Amino acid sequence: MASHSESIIREPLITGKDITYAQITNDVLRPVENMPGRAWWIGFTVASLGACLWVFSVSWTFWYGIGEWGLNKTVGWAWDITGFVWWVGIGHAGTLISAILLLFRQNWRNSINRSAEAMTIFAVICAATYVVSHMGRPWLAYWPLPLPNQFGSIWVNFNSPLVWDVFAISTYFSVSLVFWYTGLLPDLATIRDRATGIRRKIYSVCSFGWTGSVKTWQRFETVCLILAGISTPLVLSVHTIVSMDFATSLIPGWHTTIFPPYFVAGAIFSGFAMVQTLLLVTRKVLGLENYITMFHIEAMNKIILLTGSIVGVAYLTEFFIAYYSGGEYEQYTFLNRFIGPYWWAGCMMYGCNVLMTQLMWFKKIRTNIPISWVLSIVVNIGMWFERFVIIVTSLHRDFVPSSWVMFYPTWVDVSIFVGSIGLFFTMFLLFIRVLPSIAMAEVKLILKSSSEQAKRKILEHGGHDKEQVEFYKESLTTFDSVEIADYEKI
Amino acid sequence: MSSTKYILGLFDDPDEMMHGIDELQKNSVPIYDVYTPMPIHGIDAKLGIKESRLGYAAFMFGCLGGTTIFAMAYYMMVQDWPMNIGGKPAFAIPDFIPITFEWTVLFTAFGMVGTFFYATHLFPGRTPRVMDLRATDDRFVIAIDAKGNIPHEDITNLLKKAGAVEVKHNDRKYVSYE
Repeated sequence: MASHSESIIREPLITGKDITYAQITNDVLRPVENMPGRAWWIGFTVASLGACLWVFSVSWTFWYGIGEWGLNKTVGWAWDITGFVWWVGIGHAGTLISAILLLFRQNWRNSINRSAEAMTIFAVICAATYVVSHMGRPWLAYWPLPLPNQFGSIWVNFNSPLVWDVFAISTYFSVSLVFWYTGLLPDLATIRDRATGIRRKIYSVCSFGWTGSVKTWQRFETVCLILAGISTPLVLSVHTIVSMDFATSLIPGWHTTIFPPYFVAGAIFSGFAMVQTLLLVTRKVLGLENYITMFHIEAMNKIILLTGSIVGVAYLTEFFIAYYSGGEYEQYTFLNRFIGPYWWAGCMMYGCNVLMTQLMWFKKIRTNIPISWVLSIVVNIGMWFERFVIIVTSLHRDFVPSSWVMFYPTWVDVSIFVGSIGLFFTMFLLFIRVLPSIAMAEVKLILKSSSEQAKRKILEHGGHDKEQVEFYKESLTTFDSVEIADYEKI
Repeated sequence: MSSTKYILGLFDDPDEMMHGIDELQKNSVPIYDVYTPMPIHGIDAKLGIKESRLGYAAFMFGCLGGTTIFAMAYYMMVQDWPMNIGGKPAFAIPDFIPITFEWTVLFTAFGMVGTFFYATHLFPGRTPRVMDLRATDDRFVIAIDAKGNIPHEDITNLLKKAGAVEVKHNDRKYVSYE
């Protein structure tokens, strides 16, 4: 039931006075129903220039081949797979938020799941483009699929982790898309019923004729719950399989049994950092401070702290096992991360991912928006270097010292990477213009139980433990969207 | 005879709407449907709607997906073209687990969502059958078929008394058509 009242020691998930259901619709749809402001245009211009750079450099790669990249005989995988794993990792937060947090009944997911899922889908698109462009002959991209062919048929090798990866990434992308779009239907119907003319027609087609009748909602909830149930192991399986691309090889530094949980934790870590990067800006620019509150920011920072620490433990374990294994190649690879020519990359990896995130133990830092934003970017820089260290540093000094080399990226490598960031932001900026960036129906669901106004009413009603009331007021002081002066009289 | 086809009770609060449903049912007024901007738990029980069986469909699709890819892998790797990879067995079951899992999930998701769309008549371009345009925004709407029901004024009064902010007597079933 919508009417049950929640304990006052829980922080509110929606702040602001006199928020009504209509107000939620108006606030969320403001960027969709009006012309964008200057900030959006500036962002969109920069992002689409980046996307153009991406189109150019990927076309260049297709035309001249991957010889245009900085790869050499020793380092056969470098920025391409680094970029791929980085993007796939970022693409883990959305489904984690929408699936795992739904199963755990974390209501704070309701206002961030939509944009996080959208971000997931765009990140996986960026990752998929790397897969296609690193093939060298992209017109043969269908070869990893088990299709009948004229060579025998010679089938794909189902023992190969690269084939598993094709299945994992494509399943993950399509299931995430279905999950995201099904959740969008009620909100698309809201836009449809408020729009006129051609916009109404477009949103009418997109909303599949949603009406919000009892049966549709009842089935909708069943569908969402089951999708969450199957997406949870799916999310964990995807990065597990990505890690097996490395872990099943015989390269020291790759051949590590800890890789699956280590990669999954790292993926969630970087995904939440990217959600934080995007949402801290989005809430400000679109004026959504009442829905994405300090509680959300702090909760995400806590997850970043937790997963960052898991990653830290994995790093330590890796070092210990390299020492304990007694394998000299293994030991050399890990020493080489610090004393080899790529020591600076190793420092970026361990410094950004482990040391910097430990700052999140302090509440002052977790609830400070500019610092959180900078730290979220630091995390993503660190995670990029993690993949770079694992891939390039492990490869560049192989078993034969005569083939030891350095890897130098060309302008094509750099342009594809920078361009993919532009592509990502272009898609995200278009998303916040045409689709509701917050799941309206789900936020409306918690308005009566978890909003600041509901809790205020409970407080005004009186009769509560003094300690609890003080605790609640204390927790509100960190919120930037709450007028704390209003609470002095209560 | 009046030309009213449907009587709509518009509420601005879900709990008052639930109260409205109770009041109508106490007075034996059959409810056609209820339209809400968000899922309200408990209406389905009140209106006697059975629990969704989509879970069974999902399970069957999952079984189908897992079986399909496992059978494909078995045919391709064991029957049609077994490969000698270091003398290891061609029927390498552990290696087939990742793909079996992925297709189980894939078929479950697409099969279940497809069934959901089919059962609730949702598809791209379907004309929305909307009784009140604010039902997807901030109104909780109880719709009552006007035909054969007790005097319309009584229904209006019942709804008003239960807390409806507005009661509409619509001559057309759907307002979303031109």
